[in-house]
Amino acid sequence: MTAPPLDDVALDHTAQNDPAVRTAQEDRLRAVWKPPAGLFLRWSDVNNNRVGIWYTLTAFVFMLFAGVLALVMRAQLAVPDNDLVSANTFNQLFTLHGSMMMFLFAVPMFEAVSIILLPQLLGARDLPFPRLSAFGYWSFLIGGVFVGGSIFFNVAPDGGWFMYPPLTTRTDLSGLGADIWMLGLSFIEVSSVAAAVELIVGVLKCRPPGMRLNLMPLYAWYILVVAVMILFAFPPLIAGDVLFEMERLLDWPFFDAARGGDPLLWQHLFWIFGHPEVYIIFLPSIALFAMLIPTFSQRHLLGYPWIVLAAVGTAFLSFGLWVHHMFATGLPKISLAFFSAASEAVAIPTGVQIFCFIATLWAGRVIWSTPLLYATGSLAIFVIGGLTGVMVAVAPFDWQAHDTYFIVAHLHYVLLGGTLLPLFGGLYYYWPLVTGKKLSDRLGRIAFWVMFAGANLAFFPMHFSGLMGMPRRVFTYPAELGLGGLNMASTIGAFLFAAGVALVCVDLCLSPTRKKGKRNPWNAGTLEWLAHPEDEDWGIRSVPLIESRYPIWDQPGFVEKVDEGRFFLPDAEEGRRETIVTTVLDARPLQVVRLGTPSFKPMFTAIALGGVFILTTYHLYWAALGCGVTTLAMILWWLWTGTAEIPEKAGKSIGHGLTIPLYISGPSSSGWWAMFITMMADATAFSGLVFGYYFFWTIHPEFPPAGPGMDGPGAFWPMAALALVLAGWAATLVARIIHARGQVSAARGLLAFGILASLASLAAGLAGPWLTDLRPTLHVYPAIVWTLAIWTTAHSGIGAIMQAYALARSLAGRMPPAYDADLHNITVYQHFLALTAIVAYATIGLFPAAA
Amino acid sequence: MSRPLFRSAAPALFACLAGCNMHQSTLAPFGRDAADIRGMTLLLVGGAVVIFLGVAALVVAAMRAPAGRLTHDGGMRLVLWAGGIVPTVVLGALLVWTLPAMRPAPATPADLRVALVGEQFWWRVAYRPPNRPPVVSANELRLPVGRTVVLELGAGDVIHSFWVPGLAGKMDMIPGRTNRLVVRADKAGRYRGVCAEFCGLSHALMAFDVVAMPPAAFDAWLAAEARPAAPVASAPGAALFTANGCGGCHAVRGTAGTGSIGPDLTHFGARATLAAGILPMTTANVARFVRDAGSVKPGARMPAFRHLSPGDTQAIARYLESLK
Repeated sequence: MTAPPLDDVALDHTAQNDPAVRTAQEDRLRAVWKPPAGLFLRWSDVNNNRVGIWYTLTAFVFMLFAGVLALVMRAQLAVPDNDLVSANTFNQLFTLHGSMMMFLFAVPMFEAVSIILLPQLLGARDLPFPRLSAFGYWSFLIGGVFVGGSIFFNVAPDGGWFMYPPLTTRTDLSGLGADIWMLGLSFIEVSSVAAAVELIVGVLKCRPPGMRLNLMPLYAWYILVVAVMILFAFPPLIAGDVLFEMERLLDWPFFDAARGGDPLLWQHLFWIFGHPEVYIIFLPSIALFAMLIPTFSQRHLLGYPWIVLAAVGTAFLSFGLWVHHMFATGLPKISLAFFSAASEAVAIPTGVQIFCFIATLWAGRVIWSTPLLYATGSLAIFVIGGLTGVMVAVAPFDWQAHDTYFIVAHLHYVLLGGTLLPLFGGLYYYWPLVTGKKLSDRLGRIAFWVMFAGANLAFFPMHFSGLMGMPRRVFTYPAELGLGGLNMASTIGAFLFAAGVALVCVDLCLSPTRKKGKRNPWNAGTLEWLAHPEDEDWGIRSVPLIESRYPIWDQPGFVEKVDEGRFFLPDAEEGRRETIVTTVLDARPLQVVRLGTPSFKPMFTAIALGGVFILTTYHLYWAALGCGVTTLAMILWWLWTGTAEIPEKAGKSIGHGLTIPLYISGPSSSGWWAMFITMMADATAFSGLVFGYYFFWTIHPEFPPAGPGMDGPGAFWPMAALALVLAGWAATLVARIIHARGQVSAARGLLAFGILASLASLAAGLAGPWLTDLRPTLHVYPAIVWTLAIWTTAHSGIGAIMQAYALARSLAGRMPPAYDADLHNITVYQHFLALTAIVAYATIGLFPAAA
Repeated sequence: MSRPLFRSAAPALFACLAGCNMHQSTLAPFGRDAADIRGMTLLLVGGAVVIFLGVAALVVAAMRAPAGRLTHDGGMRLVLWAGGIVPTVVLGALLVWTLPAMRPAPATPADLRVALVGEQFWWRVAYRPPNRPPVVSANELRLPVGRTVVLELGAGDVIHSFWVPGLAGKMDMIPGRTNRLVVRADKAGRYRGVCAEFCGLSHALMAFDVVAMPPAAFDAWLAAEARPAAPVASAPGAALFTANGCGGCHAVRGTAGTGSIGPDLTHFGARATLAAGILPMTTANVARFVRDAGSVKPGARMPAFRHLSPGDTQAIARYLESLK
């Protein structure tokens, strides 16, 4: 079914003229969106408003905790040769400070804020997969408490947030902390990727009718860019984590030079993640600027397409400059030059974005406000961090500055100016949106100046202490270096900064005592400011037709029309939570999608999955396996009962004479997109492992090496496994096609064949390395071959489960030909599985002969 | 601030800051590369200050301008020039200017090579003069002023990083790899280097002395360093050293001690510091380290010898100090 063109829609509002009709609609909407109440039941909530607020608060608390860790460090470093804390404690402090700020604050905070804001920015009732948000939140909470709490037991990770092997992979040199880091944060990474999938689908498929891509609020653009970056940046780290834990738990020598491994592989995988990470946490703050600067200039943002292109350009470049973290590792000079150039080049799109803001302020009527103060102040700090960033992009200068306090200064200028202070500005800007109340302008300004002074006093002297020979990550320094004064200044600055943060917290705590303010207090023009101080849980009264980037400013009578339900979907006749799915490019309405309702399933699934990671940390493998099986069962139950539901009628009127379907499958549905995007992440992680294989090939003159236990896996078994995977893939594809034509029995037969083929490919894939007796602890070659084989066969196994699920749905009467979303979605998986198998089996089966 | 004024003021400021620390600072170079990079640093800082002030001035102007002062086209021209063209030109020039400095300095096979290997938390040092046998030492690097020296950097256990701020930029020491760093000291004196890559518990306590000497003095020193330890086997500490198995880990050439697990001690007494650059060489400090190395340096591999009497550790310390 094609989407109707919006030009033909008769904007006939007369049906909404009757107040009684409107009140009845409002009552129905209110009943449908009523949050679960009660001491326990409230935690089953999945609505974006509540989950987003839990998420934000949790990330904020983690930030405060990590900040306190930093204060302890600064106290230790206040004077030379201090012994306030031991070396052991100090190493845990800085590792946990960095790891928590990155993984438990900066990235989750972006996702949390986006979960709150995105539906409001898009005039949607909720995100497309509310239960997935809840699952992401519970995973984040469990993993975060596990990692952060470890310091109270003196087992926190102590290898630095970058965890360079072999210090961290040799079990005689590092303890439980390394496992806690690796497994605890892998768990968090899973939840980050889950949130990214949610946000991408939200931006692409849940925009209001008429909001073409070029009318999207810039924050939504940034969410899209950043979430896509998460999708491609986190998986290489996950691949690295897999290799890392294989080495720690099973002694597979990926990073052990004595057995053919190479510690540098980890550095590549880590920084392929780690550098985009910087932009992942910086771009959302630019996005906040992009929302509040037009408001306080009272005009459209100047250079909208430039900003979008610059954001996309930054994202692209950010994947091409990870090596500047490795300038001192002795790389070839040509790559130094290339990565120096790329690292300097990223300043250009950043500059374009900043000058768009400056030009907007220049052209508009500037209204001074606390959020704008935060924006300009953080811009000043960020520009200093950006300029030192260009300095360290110059490789020779970096050879001196690298791993010194100069870098500590640089990165904190970037992150305070590019993340933390903008977030506080965003807090002051968006607090009225969430609570209906403004924060105190007075306290906000005092807090800003205290933080601004503190940040500069803490971090500016570090430029000098670094150049004067103070390396990073030292728990003490000798008095003879003469760095006592600079360090004392930094310590005082750090505590001053903390005092500013405390003032913000005081302001937040006073908020419940204040009266609600007026709607849209800043007179902004974007959709999210439709939010009413007397909060309703339905998200938006009616889903508007968008004709401008600033509809509240530009579309006459816009707010009233929304409030009076004169736009789309003003009702919940069937008592279901619903929102509109539209086309990706031009936002024509495609479907009314029924959303997940409150449920404990996401929480229980998160607990079970957390069990897998946490129990593995303590080597309780059987219990971990039990949790894994429970997780799988939970996911299947969740899917079976909550997704691809067959609606009671084919379509539904959303007003204005538009009737659109309640069920769609295939590439226009949100579920298909979610599967596709998830598999992009999966394929990226896989390419990280493949990169490992060829990386080892490049560093060894003879690869594969000769010798017993290293001759394999031969060509036969990998090729057999590949043929079986392709058979399963073809069976699924054909099943989908003929199923749609009504040949249900034949499709079922093909699915059954597909299950067998997938399972057989699992066995054949493992048979290669098994029968040729590849011994993975001997050398890195058998280890990486085994890893690729296990990865691919595990995917075959999951493929078989999916095929069985679709077959079961069909047999249970839950997947008739007109309602075949499940079959479409597992076919997407099969496409990626086939691709994975081709690359993996060609690599392990054919490449040794070619090499 | 005008450029000429800055050019004269900035080095003065740096010199003043560096005044308190002349032996471990990038701002007080004694080597060719560090001096080059300091010059580059000054220019980069100057450029950064100018750009920062320029952007700040633009922001202030933007805030003060009445609405409509800047038209849409004017704004787009600002973005194009200030955000696009000017940065591209400046960064392009910067890249071209800095590219030559990324080339490694030339070296010939006739140059002295020194192999340095990082260990938790100390340094193996082996001088490899051309056509002569290597000379093994530890925790101190001596360099001939004015001569090119090739440092071959490796690691024994985990990743370390070799950094002598006054000599040259740092270079990582990575297990399984050998990195080359070509250096030249230009000013004689006593300096300090540190490990710059986090390497475990006592990363902060992993330093070493660097002594840049006139070439003739260096040659004489190297010849002396190549000789076995002076025959002081009669000292009471020597017997204790042997009896307690110290030689199992530490080599003292010319004695029964031939171990290579810990630092070579053949000319231990000639070094200015002990425990990898963290304590001055005094009898009390040596005795303290022998008695319980872990209390001085957490995570050090050397076992504690608490069962030895203070007299015995003193004797061992005096013996070690006599190894000039």
